[in-house]
Amino acid sequence: MGLLEKFLQIDRRWIFLAIAIAVVVPFFLPMGLPVVVTKPVRDLYNAVDAIPPNSEPLFISVDYAPSTIPELDPMTLAVLRHAFSKDIRVVALTLDPAGYGLAERALESVAREYGKERNKDYVYLGFQPGIAAVVLGMGTDIKGVFPEDAYGTPLSEIPMMDGIRNYDQIPLLITMASSGVIEAWVIYAHQPYGARIGAGVTAVMATDYYPFLDTGQLVGLLGGMRGAAEYEELIKHPDAGVRGMDSQSVIHVLIIVLIVLGNIAYFGSKKRSQEAKEPAA
Amino acid sequence: MRRQFPLFLCFIAGVFMAVQYFIPHPSVQVWYERILDWLQTLLAFAFLIGTVSLVRLHYHKIRHKASDRGYSFVLFAGLALMLAFGFTNRSPGSRFDHMFQYVQVPIEGTMFSLLAFYIASAAFRAFRARTVEATLLLAAASVVMLGRVPIGDLIHRSIPWAANWILNVPNMASKRGIMIGVGLGMMATALKIMLGIERAWMGGTD
Amino acid sequence: MQVTLIWATLAAILTLAVYSFLYKDNPFYKFAEHLVVGVSAAYYLVIYYYNFIDPNVISPIFKLEFGGAPIRILGMQWWMALIPGLLGLLLYARFFPKIGWVSRWALGIYVGGYSGLEIAPVMQARVLDQIRGGSLPLVVPHDPSTSFTNILLVVGLLGTLTYFFFSLKHKGVLGVLARIGIVYIMVGFGASFGYTVMSRISLLIGRVDFLRQVADSWIQWLAT
Repeated sequence: MGLLEKFLQIDRRWIFLAIAIAVVVPFFLPMGLPVVVTKPVRDLYNAVDAIPPNSEPLFISVDYAPSTIPELDPMTLAVLRHAFSKDIRVVALTLDPAGYGLAERALESVAREYGKERNKDYVYLGFQPGIAAVVLGMGTDIKGVFPEDAYGTPLSEIPMMDGIRNYDQIPLLITMASSGVIEAWVIYAHQPYGARIGAGVTAVMATDYYPFLDTGQLVGLLGGMRGAAEYEELIKHPDAGVRGMDSQSVIHVLIIVLIVLGNIAYFGSKKRSQEAKEPAA
Repeated sequence: MRRQFPLFLCFIAGVFMAVQYFIPHPSVQVWYERILDWLQTLLAFAFLIGTVSLVRLHYHKIRHKASDRGYSFVLFAGLALMLAFGFTNRSPGSRFDHMFQYVQVPIEGTMFSLLAFYIASAAFRAFRARTVEATLLLAAASVVMLGRVPIGDLIHRSIPWAANWILNVPNMASKRGIMIGVGLGMMATALKIMLGIERAWMGGTD
Repeated sequence: MQVTLIWATLAAILTLAVYSFLYKDNPFYKFAEHLVVGVSAAYYLVIYYYNFIDPNVISPIFKLEFGGAPIRILGMQWWMALIPGLLGLLLYARFFPKIGWVSRWALGIYVGGYSGLEIAPVMQARVLDQIRGGSLPLVVPHDPSTSFTNILLVVGLLGTLTYFFFSLKHKGVLGVLARIGIVYIMVGFGASFGYTVMSRISLLIGRVDFLRQVADSWIQWLAT
């Protein structure tokens, strides 16, 4: 077997090791490369920034599972920090049962950072099943869908929720989603009720929603850890998103090198075997 | 009653929910909201089916002394502990919360992160520029991968520009076309279900 | 030792148990796999119970008072709530082979209801709005750059739609359009692939960051 063939047959665990090293090293040797903000992220930032303080609340729907925490948690925290730093009230909810604990954790940790009080500066509505039913129900009567907050307090007894009846009183709703829930918000909240929807999604899904951005069905879009890093740049509070960009840079270069090397080795060995098959002149 | 009645119910529910969109009259909207509540309830009941199926599967494994039945005990232990913690105290900082944050979250997160290694291995072994189309795909992927990380800007500022152009022009055009096609397909499937042409949801052979 | 540090160490050990799969399948990985299935199933059950079943069904039943104000269950008058409750219970008939067909009644309403619900909004959001968004002026006065971009967008959209139209053979003009469409689709999928790589790598970065934080906590605790 020639060298190229041997190279192509390399044990994949060596590749795993290379990836592991490429992830770990930048944490100890940070490059601190600047993150350039793109339009979809800036649009979402501006939409949040435009909400007046201590008035109608920003709604955040934490619709992701633990498997996508590294991408979506940083953007949830960044948006919450943005809101609380500007005294924008926040109402959080989730349409995914796995998001219940994640939403609670994010909300409570950032609220503590900014000295915000539950039911005065923020409300946590908890979880309700039936995605389309919940989104449509909120268009008629939010208190009908969420009669109480996550801790059993009737919404009618929370002064912050006075006058918040449906999407007409919500200046912006941002869904942090790792599944097709984002489409439910666009299709069942924006389309029939004109709700303003922003989204934070995993990078896998981000490219699929550019058409929604273009038509204005989404006011802004955060895509993956890069989107979180850009938002952290805008609020000048670097965290997990920015921290991960160095490793992301190194691994992307490594993967492109692997693709190129794999193709060179493949075509090289193919050419060699074709030459070996041709009869001698 | 086994096949015709469910199809009839499916048709009635489907037609009502489709037509109510165009009838803002209060008497119709009241029933629409009522049926929406019913659908929400059905989903909540349906959720338990998955858990019951899971328990049955692993119970059978233990009962029939399958070789890997030890892991079924692990599953039941996790299930029982979490239920016990959850129904006693589920406030932040409780054992229920800790099991979620320090058992469920790390294991689920790590399982999905294994894909990073496999995608790198696949990049080396399987992604070949054998045809013009494949070369286009790999070229676009490389530009986007470089353009969406800070190092791309360091190499040359045209790389992030090119990545953004790819996302906003050819990507958007193709994804828009796919979105329209999928939307038409979704409506066609919904109509087929309502009209009883598509019956896979019924299952069974009777 | 702080309780949180003990839990975090447990999380780190479970993380490494899952990563051991990269070397080869082994009992540590299988243990973690089965543990998370059990724990997550119970977690979802508890969340469903306390967020929906208890406030909407259990608590109102226990507050039932005869002669008082009508009790509302699931937001409905109690007798009206019997209907979805019964339908929900019918779903469980599937576990009994002889009467399993009864679950189809509930399934029929569920499947039909959601199918009907999505027709108009999906038509609006995915089809009409996107057609409107794709209907761009090919010539924008005094703006050749936007004109060029619009031409590319319209041609790309038509090409993509043509590629997936299988009722006619892809010959002649249709063939050319379909060929253009596949070029756009491949570039779009390339962008998606690039983002997919980014997504998967982010998940790994997140876990490594967590392990680093646990190691840092241990170093700090040992230093005190």
